[in-house]
Amino acid sequence: MQKFYKPLLFSISLIPFGSVIYNGFTNNLTANPIEYITHFTGDWTIYFLLITLSITPLRNLTRKISLIRYRRMIGLFAFFYGCLHFITYFAVDQFFDFSAILEDIVERPYITVGFTAFVLLIPLTITSTKKMAARLGNKWRTLHSSIYLITGLGILHYYWLVKSDVRIPLLLATIYILLLSLRLKWAKIMMKLRFLNIRSA
Amino acid sequence: MLIKKPSDISPSEITSKSDYQSRRKFLKNSINAGLTGTAINSGILLPGMSAQAAAKLADIKKSPLSTTDEELTKFDAITTYNNFYEFGINKEDPSEKSGLFQPKPWSVSIEGECNNPGEYNLEDLTKPHQLEERIYRMRCVEAWSMVIPWVGIPMAEILKQFEPNANAKYVAFTTVFRPDEMPGQRSRSLRWPYVEGLRIDEAMNPLTLLAVGLYGEELLNQSGAPMRLVVPWKYGYKSIKSINKIEFVTKQPPTSWNISAPKEYGFYSNVNPKRNHPRWSQKKERRIGEFLKRDTLMFNGYGDQVASMYTDMNLLKYH
Repeated sequence: MQKFYKPLLFSISLIPFGSVIYNGFTNNLTANPIEYITHFTGDWTIYFLLITLSITPLRNLTRKISLIRYRRMIGLFAFFYGCLHFITYFAVDQFFDFSAILEDIVERPYITVGFTAFVLLIPLTITSTKKMAARLGNKWRTLHSSIYLITGLGILHYYWLVKSDVRIPLLLATIYILLLSLRLKWAKIMMKLRFLNIRSA
Repeated sequence: MLIKKPSDISPSEITSKSDYQSRRKFLKNSINAGLTGTAINSGILLPGMSAQAAAKLADIKKSPLSTTDEELTKFDAITTYNNFYEFGINKEDPSEKSGLFQPKPWSVSIEGECNNPGEYNLEDLTKPHQLEERIYRMRCVEAWSMVIPWVGIPMAEILKQFEPNANAKYVAFTTVFRPDEMPGQRSRSLRWPYVEGLRIDEAMNPLTLLAVGLYGEELLNQSGAPMRLVVPWKYGYKSIKSINKIEFVTKQPPTSWNISAPKEYGFYSNVNPKRNHPRWSQKKERRIGEFLKRDTLMFNGYGDQVASMYTDMNLLKYH
């Protein structure tokens, strides 16, 4: 089954990317295409981060262990859209204007947190292979739990950008908090179970 | 494609006027019943509803105050890329969701410190005056800009006919409040109605325009039909749209974006590349239709005509 689902999921994850390309060729990216692409790729980075976070709770709820196999790919897609988002900002919007970019990072809080989130995604991507996971052992878990911090920063980045109508960032924040609390609750139960196991042993 | 080409068949051949009007009435009633809000938001009703006939304006004089050395922004860009939160917060919302808005007939309430207050029909206000084409740069606080050939009347000519008295230190403008026709007003993205204001000398400056059209045609709903303010040396949000109240006041009036985020948006809102903004560097801007950013000019390049009004002011403090 996995042989079938993985390529399917891979293709589905590329649909947003394809739609930008298509809309670009059909001249459908509004009167300000750079802004459109920046926002669009930013949105999808956060969506993929949230999907990544939802896989473990979903596995716990459905008890479908196999779901975890797709987590890495979805996470890598979050990095893929994050890269597109960053490159659009860096190479297209600012056109490699390093002093302007530095000023943005230092002086504009929403860019400070967004940039931080992007940088923090890089080590997770590098250590995403099975080999690295095996080599890092327990450290790998700790390192990769920073995805919660990164997603939080990403949503804060969006919230601080919006001028007045914060309903969408707040909706994303609600989903994020829900997923985070599910995870924490699960972690607590697991701790308890472990504790009981030790006592009975 | 977002851009709609005008069809050869006139809308009246497809739908009779009475059918059209009764449909409008039905829709309005259904909105009141809370039924079709989603249908409108999703654009289902738009093809028929948004058939806005852009009427040509006649007898327009060219103005020496126009900015003539820059390429005009395309009509389609000007009319599909708008910030007009009354119709929604996305740039395409105003062009896609303004179909129910009725800019005709239109009256304006003139109030406050003047000798001729009252309710005026828009036609009565504009008829005695010569329409002018004024090509201005328009700089949005979001760091993008356009060059727009407005059609309008100098605001000073309009305001003088109400004979403001010596107490009139400021002019306050209000956008119409019609949540039935303006879906954005049914959410709380800003406090409604939208309000703006100018100091009286700013309102009377020769550059300040009461616009009724652009590209030689009447304003479309998304551009602030039927009448709006244009103050080209200030950020775009100062140029309040669909005005139905003008009040002469003694004290500095409240302004919508200042109420929403006082640290970011001041009363004056003069274009100023030196003043830092927490969201956008104001040093540069992207002209719509261009790739590379260009430097933003103090007072949006209109310093010769307006800088003298602010000589003794600290423009970083009074931003």
